[in-house]
Amino acid sequence: MNAREEILGRVRAALEGAPPPPVVEPRSVVEPRAVVEQGAQRPISRDHSATDLVDLFAERVADYTATVHRCTADEVEAVLTELLGDRTTVVPPGFDRAVPHPVEDTGLTPTELDGIDAVVTMATLGIAETGTIVLTHGPGQGRRALSLVPDLHVCVVREDQVVPGVPDAVTALDPTRPQTWISGPSATSDIELDRVEGVHGPRTLRVVLVAGDA
Amino acid sequence: MPPFPEAARIALANTQLRTNLAHATATIRDKRARVVAEVDDWEELRTAGAATKDRVLLDLDTHLVRLEESLIRAGATVHWARDAEEACRIVADVAKAHHVDEVVKVKSMATQEIGLNEALAQEGISAWETDLAELIVQLGDDLPSHILVPAIHRNRAEIREIFLAGMARAGRPAPEGLDDEPAHLAEAARLHLREKFLRAEVAVSGANFAVAETGTLVVVESEGNGRMCLTLPQVLVSVVGIEKVVPTWADLDVFLQLLPRSSTGERMNPFTSTWTGVTPGDGPQEVHVVLLDNGRTRALADEVGRQALRCIRCSACLNVCPVYERTGGHAYGSVYPGPIGAILNPLLRGVGVDDQVDSLPYASSLCGACYDVCPVKIDIPSVLVDLRAQVVDAHRGGVPRPEAVAMKAAAATFRRPGLLRAAERLTRPGLAVVRRVGASAWTGARDLPPAPKESFRAWWKRTDGGRS
Repeated sequence: MNAREEILGRVRAALEGAPPPPVVEPRSVVEPRAVVEQGAQRPISRDHSATDLVDLFAERVADYTATVHRCTADEVEAVLTELLGDRTTVVPPGFDRAVPHPVEDTGLTPTELDGIDAVVTMATLGIAETGTIVLTHGPGQGRRALSLVPDLHVCVVREDQVVPGVPDAVTALDPTRPQTWISGPSATSDIELDRVEGVHGPRTLRVVLVAGDA
Repeated sequence: MPPFPEAARIALANTQLRTNLAHATATIRDKRARVVAEVDDWEELRTAGAATKDRVLLDLDTHLVRLEESLIRAGATVHWARDAEEACRIVADVAKAHHVDEVVKVKSMATQEIGLNEALAQEGISAWETDLAELIVQLGDDLPSHILVPAIHRNRAEIREIFLAGMARAGRPAPEGLDDEPAHLAEAARLHLREKFLRAEVAVSGANFAVAETGTLVVVESEGNGRMCLTLPQVLVSVVGIEKVVPTWADLDVFLQLLPRSSTGERMNPFTSTWTGVTPGDGPQEVHVVLLDNGRTRALADEVGRQALRCIRCSACLNVCPVYERTGGHAYGSVYPGPIGAILNPLLRGVGVDDQVDSLPYASSLCGACYDVCPVKIDIPSVLVDLRAQVVDAHRGGVPRPEAVAMKAAAATFRRPGLLRAAERLTRPGLAVVRRVGASAWTGARDLPPAPKESFRAWWKRTDGGRS
């Protein structure tokens, strides 16, 4: 018997006489969502004002020492110029803002990418409660290697892309796309539980949070 | 490996280990408690997580077949492995088909469980661990001692020594003048490993979740080494335990909330990667998935124990366990230490065969702290008690153990009132004799209670059942 048939056979034999699988009831998501912040209760309602949500997102991203730069749509290019400075910056196809020293992605090898200082991308959404940005690697976001190898990642997120929590994000995302959920820069606590930032991924994460119609 | 009591005695004598562990477990415990308190529907999430896993386990064949179909549709190659040897051979064959003599690895419990690195070494293939803690363990020719932080037993000075002695042998040497600052040690690991990431052609990973509906695999991590392995090489092999399947993409909502908060005590881990088969022009262009049994169907057949297969490897139970905190992970003699290891190992490997495995269900005070923190509500204490019974049953016939003799004698005595009366009269002198002789196998780990001044029967007779 091949391994597949044998394993499936063992599974069926193991479950003989087992009770039927439980019906999983949909969870009632707590509403309004109370967020405890340093001892004080700060209620974040599911039908909260958009400002609350964006503020919370900015706060939570900053908690991970990933700097947040808030600006209007008109100011994005100025902020990018300031953040990227003299660095060479890989720009994914579909990213429609000007950056100071752009490098086009022409199928760069990992080693070539390693020679580039920074990467700039857009995002698919941001999660307020966890301070997470999610990339699905479509236009403006680039293939996964781009936002991985360079040491500085600048990510442009629009305020209207921020969702309240993980359930909202899971609902909104397309599982057939590759996804990268990023919550702060690379970090490790493997040495005496001392948090050290930047082991392998980008050591610095800067989030540009754009208000209004971007 | 020696049975737990022997291994634990050695570990307990190591004060450095106990200091490291006490600090580490207390730190993670506090962090976890803080972020769990932020979530109002935490108990509902736990219940939902447990129910979803049960739904998968009690209908596992259906979900596995569905997962296989989705994976194939998405362009992945699916393999099935009955045991460790078969799984290792599949990985080795993929590596050999690409004529490589090295692979990079994402930290994965499943590949450790099957001894993949050793098996690949036998075939002349080097498997490089890329998680910082796993690198420390690998370069130090050591064993992991915690599910989340495998090098928790090492301090910074030891890690510096390991890097200085081991990195050159494995590739780029440690920088000159390396001190024991954690940031500098991490930098040394970054440089050492980057060289390997950039040239690697084949990567090996596990998966935290596998979505049956879509064929999506999920890896959660902190350092970015996972992203490196999952993204840069052209070939990716993922070894996935058959219990890792979840029914639908939507189910991840619950687990992506439960896992990071339970595990590292963060609202979210720094990086989560999901991929569904092959994405043209992005990431690996050849994707293999090895669905691994290796004892999981044995555990599934255990009515009480099958709930252990809900485990999402968060390690919260290790950090609250008074036994783990004092002995550390090595004493458990397995890649799965702590309370979950104490049940998972006997369930995966069976009882009555190996004294070391049989000792594990006793490596607990049954205090229940592990059950309280488990994000998928595995009732570890109940499973431990059930497994203890199974261990006793497995040793029936043959020469009985002293404890079994004592229990048998007690049962016979309780059945016969006359005998019980006589035994009660003998309790005080009996205990005095035992104290003098020193029944050390028992009293080495437990206190012998003081004998009552009078027996229950004598008290009843004297007081008329408390009425006079």
